[in-house]
Amino acid sequence: MNYVKHQLSLIILREVKMLKGLRNSFLVIVLGILISACSTTATKKTVGAGDVYTGTDTVKYLATGVADRVFFATNSSKLTAAATATLDKQADYIKSSKISVVIEGHADERGTREYNLALGERRANAVRDYLMSKGIAKASIKVISYGKERPVNTESSALAWSQNRRSVTVKSK
Amino acid sequence: MKKFFLTFFSFFIISQSAFALVKIDITRGNLEPLPAAISRFYMDDPAKFSKELKNLKLEEKIPDLISTNLKRSGLFNIIDPKSYIQSPSIAHMKPTFQDWALIKAQIMVSGKLVIDSKKRLRVEFRLWDVVNAKEIEGLALFATPNSWRRIAHIISDKIYERMTGELGYFDTRIIYVAESGAKDQRVKKLAIMDQDGANNKYLTLGNELVLTPRFNPTAQMITYMSYFKNLPRVYLLNIETGMQEVVGDFPGMTFAPRFSPDGKKIIMSFAKDGNSDIYSMDLATRVVEQLTSHPSIDTSPSYSPDGRYITFNSDRSGSQQVYVMKSDGSNVKRISYGEGLYGTPVWSPRGDLIAFTKIYRGNFYIGVMRSDGSGERLLTQNFYQEAPSWAPNGRVLIFYRETKAGKSGVGASSSLWSIDLTGYNERKIKTPTDASDPAWSGLLSK
Repeated sequence: MNYVKHQLSLIILREVKMLKGLRNSFLVIVLGILISACSTTATKKTVGAGDVYTGTDTVKYLATGVADRVFFATNSSKLTAAATATLDKQADYIKSSKISVVIEGHADERGTREYNLALGERRANAVRDYLMSKGIAKASIKVISYGKERPVNTESSALAWSQNRRSVTVKSK
Repeated sequence: MKKFFLTFFSFFIISQSAFALVKIDITRGNLEPLPAAISRFYMDDPAKFSKELKNLKLEEKIPDLISTNLKRSGLFNIIDPKSYIQSPSIAHMKPTFQDWALIKAQIMVSGKLVIDSKKRLRVEFRLWDVVNAKEIEGLALFATPNSWRRIAHIISDKIYERMTGELGYFDTRIIYVAESGAKDQRVKKLAIMDQDGANNKYLTLGNELVLTPRFNPTAQMITYMSYFKNLPRVYLLNIETGMQEVVGDFPGMTFAPRFSPDGKKIIMSFAKDGNSDIYSMDLATRVVEQLTSHPSIDTSPSYSPDGRYITFNSDRSGSQQVYVMKSDGSNVKRISYGEGLYGTPVWSPRGDLIAFTKIYRGNFYIGVMRSDGSGERLLTQNFYQEAPSWAPNGRVLIFYRETKAGKSGVGASSSLWSIDLTGYNERKIKTPTDASDPAWSGLLSK
């Protein structure tokens, strides 16, 4: 695991705020501050909008510069600006190399199993829809949801959960 | 293939006398367990017993298992057998009640083993009301040496029913997912065991991911989800024949299956283009009906015991909440209004309550509420637990719990737990491996 190598220490500030007018929902804002022990000057990185992971640990590449995954906020399938930027590169790569792909949708372990299966499917389809809007044919994209069954980071921590809320684009055989 | 009903047995009631005055009140929260003496059984005419049968020591094993069952229910306190002074045969034929009253037993159980004229093994038991000095229940069952555990479970159920006025749950099985391996490549197999963890068997090899098995009413069929050939679909498995089939012909993921109370339909979610809705399929006619049609996630459906309603969870309000609708999909009503998220609703076999998982401020709760959403009670809180399933009498819930994992998943584990409806008597259920997604069968002898 890359994150272990870098010996990151993690400070999590969790704030639970009640939303005005939505008495029964609540928003969990997780701020993760990553301090790299390897570098001489500690660099601060806040996890972006809501609790979406913005780092590059766990990320693999379909080709040089083409990241294979995008990350989501808790219970959300909304694509962030960083996600669409990644997917733009994926779309270009898929078009130019004429490959077919499988989009795997994943959820973190903090939801019920069945809901997470649906959520993973929703995330994978958000990615599929975006790739199709960039001209990728429906026939060359398959989706599969793994819910919470296949975490990439097996720790029970806010950082791990943010890395696990993802969709991964895999070349199909 | 595997046969789970190896043993033939039949039973008849030999006597049933006046109404018991000694009763356990299980609607009260913190109860005093009933002091019970479970006498050793005895062999009637031991000369007729084969050496093999004698070696089984059923006259000890059967009462021991009855004691274990009753103790685990939390409703009985079993008095130490060392303090029993009557021989098992006298206890069974003509007990001296004063002797049992002296050790503070309120009820006493006795029994004998008989080889009848057709060389069949017959197990007889009697339940005595010590306080009122009379027999209140009796039963004789034919057994094979292999079926002694079921005999002990059926007797335990009889005692439980007589003392509580409610159905028992000892002669039942649990289907669950046995887990092994690292958290990011978990190997999952379907497994089945008796409610007390005995007779554990695996039904799949672990080659593909399997999730959420559930019994049909006769406990002979299971519906579950499998990633066979990387196509996540709902399957049907006959546990007696081993026959398996995909349920329906859906062009996408199907999941979260359950049987209808009559066993004729499977209700499940079908996910298409990022939207999960609830569907039912008639197993005989194969007719598929779409019951919800909403751009939100609708999943985890469960029928009411009369089959007229369905409870499910949906995030149509913006967050995961519990809903109830008529079984044709009409009259959808949200019933969960507490703080936090609500999921995995499952209707009690008694019809009055819905059990659920609640997620609130980073904790997971198992709770119950009435089917109109009133009277919410949380039974247990933990880092992660979900998916309650009811014992057939609607008194006990089984669910699974996962521990918080450290770096690289160190310390991750998953186990089965049961808890009484009152919130008392929480117990870990031992399984040979890690375990999740438990579902309780109905009573096997009904």
